[in-house]
Amino acid sequence: MLDIAAIRKDFPMFENNPDLIYFDNGASTLKPKPVIDAVVDFYARHTSNVHRGDYPIARLNDELYDGTRDIFARFLNCSPQEVAFTHNVSASMNEIIFGAAKAFMNPGDVILTTQNEHASNIMPWFKVQRDFGVKVEYIPTDVQGVVSVEDFEKAMHDGVRAVCVAQQTNVLAAVQPVKEMARIAHEHGALMIVDGAQSVPHMKTDVKDLDIDFLGFSGHKMCGPGGTGVLWGRYELLEKIDPMIYGGDMNARFYADGKMLLQEPPMKFEYGTPNIEGVIGLGAAAEYLMKIGMDNIHAYEKELGDYFRGRMKEIDTITLYNPDSTAGVVTFNVKDVFAQDTANFLATKGIAVRSGNHCAKILDGIIGTNSTVRASLYFYNTFEEVDRFVEAVKEVTLENAVSIFF
Amino acid sequence: MENQDLLNDPMILREIIMDHYKYPHNHSLVSSTAYRSRHMASASCIDDITVEAKINDGVIEDIRFDGIACTISTASTSIMTELLRGKTTEEAKEIIANYFSMVDGLEYNADLLEEAVAMKNVYKQANRIKCATIGWRAIDQIIKESEESNG
Repeated sequence: MLDIAAIRKDFPMFENNPDLIYFDNGASTLKPKPVIDAVVDFYARHTSNVHRGDYPIARLNDELYDGTRDIFARFLNCSPQEVAFTHNVSASMNEIIFGAAKAFMNPGDVILTTQNEHASNIMPWFKVQRDFGVKVEYIPTDVQGVVSVEDFEKAMHDGVRAVCVAQQTNVLAAVQPVKEMARIAHEHGALMIVDGAQSVPHMKTDVKDLDIDFLGFSGHKMCGPGGTGVLWGRYELLEKIDPMIYGGDMNARFYADGKMLLQEPPMKFEYGTPNIEGVIGLGAAAEYLMKIGMDNIHAYEKELGDYFRGRMKEIDTITLYNPDSTAGVVTFNVKDVFAQDTANFLATKGIAVRSGNHCAKILDGIIGTNSTVRASLYFYNTFEEVDRFVEAVKEVTLENAVSIFF
Repeated sequence: MENQDLLNDPMILREIIMDHYKYPHNHSLVSSTAYRSRHMASASCIDDITVEAKINDGVIEDIRFDGIACTISTASTSIMTELLRGKTTEEAKEIIANYFSMVDGLEYNADLLEEAVAMKNVYKQANRIKCATIGWRAIDQIIKESEESNG
């Protein structure tokens, strides 16, 4: 069992904002002291660039920066050479999608995805569709965004070269059967590409067990610093795909005749000076999460999420869009109140949530509304906070939402 | 009470916003070639509204709107369609300038804005200023476009 009171002491945001209920963890997460200390230490004690200095501080940063790959090798059960650092999940997914399309696909080849995807996991495919003639097809989902293995098998065919889905969707927190999908995709000779932005921070991710081919996720959604992301791929696939951006650090040699020799993966994906302090901080975040235990985090969030859903179901005026979710995410609207008005009213009660379409702009066809309120939990949230949230939601009416302006 | 007193009463102003949100005025598009149109989809991630206006000889003969938006976006646009209809573009530009000053928390002439003063406190919630101006920016652009094409 997690000692949440002790965990909360690790996060200075709580001490500095004693009345804040932070339920916007799907957007970004709070940072524990080890992460803050790692970043501050870089600035205060050992600032330098990486991969180009011959003095002790630069060597220390090389060790810390590249050592973060070893931390993620344990975090994901992979080789350190399969972990490339990017600037966010959008960058990771773009590298993967453009790289895979160019290396492995021909015009007319199909990629299978869903209508639940975040912009960063669908817009690159639309661009690839427009530019390379790759065709995007959708796997049907239920009204809560979940793909069934049966529906996936029906949607699958031998023209499919890649399957690309979020392991946990960002609006409805639908958790997809990625392991089964990977098996079926591979039976048809297709790649399995996973957007892990909303799943990796909340559950154990073992890329060998899932048997997937590529994974992208974000650092700041897992207690890490902003401007960090991870691109993981099977090494032999990383060798075959071209990076999107060319420049410093990622090159080995280049010649006047235009010949270029790139570094081996993962370095060929890390152009220019990276976000060194961010990556070092992200390593501290991954260590922190592993110390608490990803399985413990997942179990606690499910328990808290189930309690939260149960309490929300008590309120007559609430429409819940993901009543059967297994994650700590509650997506809802209050009858007759626009999502942003609800969010702004809750803000006056010290509650942080997200409202809108959450960058999933083709989801409205599935849930019948284009704007929702999303309350997303993390392991540091409490049952008391859920109770306070529920009391605040009970006060949401059109009249009260407009009254905040007077 | 005098009209101006009514428009200082928070209860009345709240009712104005709620009423325009629940029953927006001029809330359908005619999509005729006689109208100039502006689709305001990229102004924010959420609000997605279209405003169209029929402008002849420097007079705004009709303004209409449609779309999905919050209380503040919907009510402010609905109020705008009522307030500017029948005005000359010169009169409209003065009203629009005063409205933008008000939502930025600056000096403004309340007499010109009538029911639109219901939005006078929006500047205190800075994240909602874009909501209160989406429809007004649309008509502002439509007027400028009509003047350019006639000029």
